[in-house]
Amino acid sequence: MSEYIIKNGHVFDPVQGIKGDKADVAIKNGKIVKDSEVSKSAKVIDAKGKTVMAGAVEIHAHIAGPKVNLGRIYRPEDKLFTCTPTHGHERMGSGNSIPSTFKTGYEYARMGYTTAMEAAMPPLFSRHTHEEIRDTPIIDEGAFPVFGNNWFVMEYLKNREVENTAAYIAWLLRATKGYAVKVVNPGGTEAWHWGLNCLTVNDPVPYFDITPAEIIKGLIDANEYLGLPHSMHIHPNNLGNPGNYTTTLDTLKIAQGIKPKNKFGREQVLHLTHTQFHSYKGTNWGDFESGAKEVMDYINKNKNITVDTGNVTLDETTTMTADGPFEHHLTELNHLKWANVDVEVETAAGVVPYIYSPNISVCAIQWAIGLELALYAKDPMRCFITTDHPNAGPFTRYPRVIKWLMSQRARETQINAFKHKDKVLSQTGIGAIDRELTLYEIAAMTRAGPAKSLGLSSMCGGLAPGMDADVVVYNINPEKPFENPDQIEAAFSRAACVFKSGVEVVKDGEIVSSGNKRTLWVNAKVNDNPQVMRDITEKFLKYYSVTQANYESLGHSFVPNPYALEVDATQ
Amino acid sequence: MSKKITDVICPFCGTLCDDIEVLVSDDGKKILEVYNACVIGTEKFMHSGAKDRITRPRMRQADGSWKEVSYDEAADYAAQVLAKAKKPLMYGWSSTNCEAQSMGNEIAEVARACVDNTAAVCHGTTLIAVQDIGLPSCTLGEIKNRADRVIFWGCNPAHAHPRHMSRYSIFPRGFFTVKGQMSRKLVVVDPRVTDTARMADVHLQVAQGQDYELLCALRVALKKEWLPDTVAGVPKEKIYEVAEILKSGRFGIIFFGMGVTQSLGKNHNIDEAIALTKDLNEYTKYSIMPMRGHYNVTGSGEVLAWQFGFPYSVDLTRGFPRYNPGDSSSIDLLNRGEIDAAFVIGSDPGAHFPISAVKHLAHVPLVCVDPHITPTSGVSKLHVPVAFNGVETGGSCYRMDNVPIDGRKVVDAPEGMLSDEEFLVMVRDRLKKIKGVA
Repeated sequence: MSEYIIKNGHVFDPVQGIKGDKADVAIKNGKIVKDSEVSKSAKVIDAKGKTVMAGAVEIHAHIAGPKVNLGRIYRPEDKLFTCTPTHGHERMGSGNSIPSTFKTGYEYARMGYTTAMEAAMPPLFSRHTHEEIRDTPIIDEGAFPVFGNNWFVMEYLKNREVENTAAYIAWLLRATKGYAVKVVNPGGTEAWHWGLNCLTVNDPVPYFDITPAEIIKGLIDANEYLGLPHSMHIHPNNLGNPGNYTTTLDTLKIAQGIKPKNKFGREQVLHLTHTQFHSYKGTNWGDFESGAKEVMDYINKNKNITVDTGNVTLDETTTMTADGPFEHHLTELNHLKWANVDVEVETAAGVVPYIYSPNISVCAIQWAIGLELALYAKDPMRCFITTDHPNAGPFTRYPRVIKWLMSQRARETQINAFKHKDKVLSQTGIGAIDRELTLYEIAAMTRAGPAKSLGLSSMCGGLAPGMDADVVVYNINPEKPFENPDQIEAAFSRAACVFKSGVEVVKDGEIVSSGNKRTLWVNAKVNDNPQVMRDITEKFLKYYSVTQANYESLGHSFVPNPYALEVDATQ
Repeated sequence: MSKKITDVICPFCGTLCDDIEVLVSDDGKKILEVYNACVIGTEKFMHSGAKDRITRPRMRQADGSWKEVSYDEAADYAAQVLAKAKKPLMYGWSSTNCEAQSMGNEIAEVARACVDNTAAVCHGTTLIAVQDIGLPSCTLGEIKNRADRVIFWGCNPAHAHPRHMSRYSIFPRGFFTVKGQMSRKLVVVDPRVTDTARMADVHLQVAQGQDYELLCALRVALKKEWLPDTVAGVPKEKIYEVAEILKSGRFGIIFFGMGVTQSLGKNHNIDEAIALTKDLNEYTKYSIMPMRGHYNVTGSGEVLAWQFGFPYSVDLTRGFPRYNPGDSSSIDLLNRGEIDAAFVIGSDPGAHFPISAVKHLAHVPLVCVDPHITPTSGVSKLHVPVAFNGVETGGSCYRMDNVPIDGRKVVDAPEGMLSDEEFLVMVRDRLKKIKGVA
């Protein structure tokens, strides 16, 4: 493999604590090595006056699988003026909020992202999710199967059988080539199969006689019993409703006192996703206000929690979630077309287009809440930037979100452009915040932090020797202040160069290679558990519509280049 | 000795049964017996052993006779046809696996072709309606476990999807439906007294072509508003009665077929059916699902959508994906005479397109990739027989509810025969060489 040395760049790497010092980054055999280990023939990349960071890590996005593709199928309007031609190494592409698979890979790479997690994989559809992941070039990807409304999980946890739940999780991760335990509206989505919902953590789930709180606690326990790389990753009950911050705090309190147990350096036991959608005060859309302060205060104090923001980007987008009842609620609200898929035994999902208009006060307040969360966060290693793509906005807007976070001037410009500016200022704390995030903090929030939370801190998110050579050079000179905040957005939109596992994939914002994409999954070994195996066989015979032998995602066309993280929970 | 292969997927209809068992001879070359499949599915498996099967590509000669050629010569010809054409059509894809569809899309991208699947003459109108209004749906196991109201509208699964009713929709006992058929009320809407209609609790014998009116009337009846004495040939008392049956269920499902998608009103019928489903969700829980025909027409739509963004009738001739059914759909392209070459695989437009469109197909260089002799192969310039997908080769397929299931190979193809995907790879490599792309 080729050798490279990236010279004289300003390096920002929270893993090694480097805050913009000039340093060289050497690459050999796909790994980062000490400068002295590359030969003289190593290709030199001059990064003088530029910023060098590790490849960014996406912790939560909906980029592959059945509901993403349903969005593509039913929204031809999303393709208007967004189709891209065959170009050099690039296949044709289309779409803005739900880009085609090829375009998804290229757009992430161009921004300097080299790893991304698909946030909700219905287990029955794992083969579909993996086929799309296979067709998404360059970036390493993993997918989180959903567990929060799964009949096995609810039946085991009703009897507090954590060990059986863990054995089932291990089996399902292997069968679906999944990465982590995802929970979406625990219990509420099962209730949705009868047209109902669970809006607090204590609402009983119809028929199953269990509460969301019990599901959450049980899944955290099972996750730590196994010692998985990532923690339980939760989208709590009551998403998107005024006053829901109390439900969010109730959810977070369930993790109180639980300690992480794993060999991956992960320190949290609960990851709260798209926190913006869960930080609302008020009682209706008229007195709607921000609860970002209350939620972030709690998170700042509790070190066993990580979060991502879910920033609203003020675009037209396509919402999609395994929170089926929420999407029905949304279509009643905006009267745009509604798609829904209830999945036997496991989960459900819904899709509804949404327009975050800067002329609507609620949308503008949502915009402010997302930014408030990141700006109130005391530890950037525990608060990560996402747009919950495509729910709060497309992932291609990350550079703009970074601009708003790094520049108070940019925020003021946007606030002044809102139709209901006064309402935004009175209902949120955004106007009083003068904090501007530094490049070092951005590197923590987009690289080192999410990598650590995912249990990948020894592989990616940093530039220490031995880590994968995922390296990005941006056209940003940290010694010169920006004349205009838009330069931040421009620089993060098109990286000067990107290496993925030591292969140069982007040069001057152009794709130059399709890289060596891998599918990340977790292979957890547990003691033989005949009861769980018998239950699985029984459920397939009685309640599934496919046979057990046809459920698994096997090699060949589904996971052509796997990378398994091994976990041994047999002790 | 013989061996039994279990959990085999049936490559016939969108029901995509995956519990088929096949008994094969010890050398793995001959199918002896097929268990669990319907008569059509069984025939699909047994047919691969036909003695008169064509096993090598053949080219049409000037005198109208066929001449056997090698796969290499066939791939050369196909690549040249695609390379020379200004607007080639690549049609079919519904009876092959997703791997082949994906390879075909890559060829279409290089050749700048129009790509279309059999939704064009089937559930394409459904897709247009879904783009208008959405689609509340579910997987088939949900119906088995929960449904207590089942509506078949304009479809006759007793004949077209023979195991649908026993596996998913009427007879099975599920988690919340322990009494099987006794737990469900069945409503059939069809102008004919079909075998499905004979099983119904209520058969609404709608006047032909008036499905839209009846759907509207049901929406009115849900709200208990005024109706004329008869709508679409059905007395109003019957409509109010059915509306009550629908509303009183806990979990309902509307299945619909070509009787509504391709009769008068087309996509507007489906718009209204989906709106009815949406309305029913105000009272209880309802889903709606198209009864897709070919076993992997759904997969073709999925692959096209994740690669190009649109589920059918995709036009790549301008170098980027475009979608405009009516303009970019196969029959319209053929009827306007815009197509100057055609590549047909996994489908038989010769039998199913209007004669005006087939006439045009016969006049252009037509490559037909199909294990059978069909009306399409009859008017083709090159006929490439391939291994039976789902019998002699595996690969990913999507059921009518979009659930992917991996197909299984049960026997070897006759010696020297290629699969769809293998032949497409040969064409792609040659085409790229001619076009000079890496």
